[in-house]
Amino acid sequence: MVLPRLKLEKRPPPTLKMKVAAAIGSIALALLFSSILIVQAGVNPLVGYFHLFYGALGDKLSLTETFVRFCPLALTGVACAIAFLCKFWNIGAEGQLYAGGLAATFFGISFLGAPSYLIIPLMTISGFLGGAFWAFIPAALKTRWKVDEVVTTLLGNWIIYFITGAILYGPWQNPVTKWPESPAISEAAKLPILIPGTRFHLGIVLALIVVLIYLVIYWGTAWGYELKAIGANPEASYSMGIKVERNMVLAAILSGGIAGLAGAFEVNGLNFHMKLDLSHGYGYTGIVIAMLGGLHPVGVALAAFFMAIIVTGTQAMHRVTGVPFPLSEVIQGLSLICLLLGNFLTEYRVRRVVE
Amino acid sequence: MMQALNIAFWISVLTMTFRMATPLLLGTVGEAFAERSGILNLGIEGMMLMGASVGFLMGYITGNLWLGVLMAGISGMVLGVLMAFLTVTLGAQQHVSGLGITIMSSGLSFYLYRLNVPTPGGIPITVKSFEPIKVPLLADLPILGPIFFNQYELVYISIIIAIVSFYLLYKTDWGLKIRAVGENPRAADTVGINVFRVRYICLTYAGGLAGIAGSWLSLAQSGMFLPGMTTGRGWICIALVVFGFWNPLRILGGAMLFGGIDAFQLSLQAVGFKIPYQLFLMMPHVFTIIALILVSRRAIYPRALLKPYRRE
Repeated sequence: MVLPRLKLEKRPPPTLKMKVAAAIGSIALALLFSSILIVQAGVNPLVGYFHLFYGALGDKLSLTETFVRFCPLALTGVACAIAFLCKFWNIGAEGQLYAGGLAATFFGISFLGAPSYLIIPLMTISGFLGGAFWAFIPAALKTRWKVDEVVTTLLGNWIIYFITGAILYGPWQNPVTKWPESPAISEAAKLPILIPGTRFHLGIVLALIVVLIYLVIYWGTAWGYELKAIGANPEASYSMGIKVERNMVLAAILSGGIAGLAGAFEVNGLNFHMKLDLSHGYGYTGIVIAMLGGLHPVGVALAAFFMAIIVTGTQAMHRVTGVPFPLSEVIQGLSLICLLLGNFLTEYRVRRVVE
Repeated sequence: MMQALNIAFWISVLTMTFRMATPLLLGTVGEAFAERSGILNLGIEGMMLMGASVGFLMGYITGNLWLGVLMAGISGMVLGVLMAFLTVTLGAQQHVSGLGITIMSSGLSFYLYRLNVPTPGGIPITVKSFEPIKVPLLADLPILGPIFFNQYELVYISIIIAIVSFYLLYKTDWGLKIRAVGENPRAADTVGINVFRVRYICLTYAGGLAGIAGSWLSLAQSGMFLPGMTTGRGWICIALVVFGFWNPLRILGGAMLFGGIDAFQLSLQAVGFKIPYQLFLMMPHVFTIIALILVSRRAIYPRALLKPYRRE
């Protein structure tokens, strides 16, 4: 194979501007590649993308729908980012979301007479704890027995999914329709709708508050600094006196808890009962969001909003033009792949060797 | 209920063990090559899904199942080359690269299916799937006949692939080069081994086997394609590599063990135990984690795993 001789030259550390450019460029490239698939479906990509963006941002209702998707995506994005910050590879936000949804639903359907000011905090806390518990197991296995967390979190996603199935086809099954859905939570347990006539619920604001909390941890706390130090170099952090394992477990618990909140809000903000397709891969989209956002709180929020546009918009594009909706996942995966190329180009300059 | 667990039950469990082990065996042997050369391939789940989809579509459109298997292998190899480009040429983080490929392929496999297959009323279209072949005379043996000599061709092929892969990895110069690259790429480079080429080849091989593993699910096990039909088998393969100490023959044993667990839970479901079947479905995943806990302290990972290599 004769290729032009290329040489890699390391650039100075990328500036913020370059990182942002890499993220935006990778999304553009992903949309460009995806347009090939839209052509395959017999649709003009420009028309397709018009319907995608119009369907997500075009009017008040679609914009609020995009925010409805933003809620779980921002939460799973922050969840992944916190864990990735200290290089705890939590690929289990999807499972932690389900664990949180199950825990919240349990309280939501058990205390039907409870007033809102009791049941909503209870569901929120139990959602957090459910997700935290599901992330604690792989974290404990990693720190105690050196079991690789990537595999255990990935397998955990399927285990909790099967457990959800067993519960929804078992004790919680709707006795009349036989649908795999839990009974509905009470009216009092539903999160308040903030914009009448839409589905814009309180959970969206709470998700933004979680992003703010992450911002504080990231910028303003010693703990955030320790997590970043562990991520950069665990051995050096250890010799600096940072408790690596303890911090990792804490980050995992917080990460899982935030993903669990996503599950809780999907139940009491949107669906009002537990169901098998509670998440449409939000946990995996969270990985894409965390990476696109450079693990930075502001970046994560922006990336989550963009992915919310993609998720909402591909549904609209599907309805109008018939382009199959799994395109959304293709765009997500391609964005991540293109980002790796973008990051490479911010770190290295490719030079042709002149002989 | 217990009288249902008679000799016929166990023969059926053992017969199915080989069938459930086949995708795990193919995927894990490929993964072993990738990791032996220093690359963790988390794209495996996506490669399997692509193989399942492409294999099914080929079988559905042309009616030739073997063409389906071939194209499934090729689609996996293409993704393997992409994985190599990201992790070897660009030196990108291996976790992220693999997950990117899996997320993309998970969508793409379903997208291509929706594009090519009409689904009236949401009922999945089926193709006439592979059938077991009877080995003349031997298939009529009592007990041994149905277990060993009445299997799918792909079952035999996967076992042959595992044995040949063992031979390649441990008894040839090529295998020595692969292991050297995964242990100490700089030293390997110094003695004239092309680290980049070895890793590209290993990932292509891993992708091809994962693709064929996927086509097994759609063309032999079920005769249809469902989104996400691999249900985490790729992740079980990632764990099985550790359990099998990156050695194709030990992996053969491990795949049989986990295929056996899968076959056992499926047979119990068929007998009709009054437990939700989802609790059976998660058995392989739970046992995989238990197995990882048992071996993780003793596992010796290839030393260059996860570390990108750059020439100075």
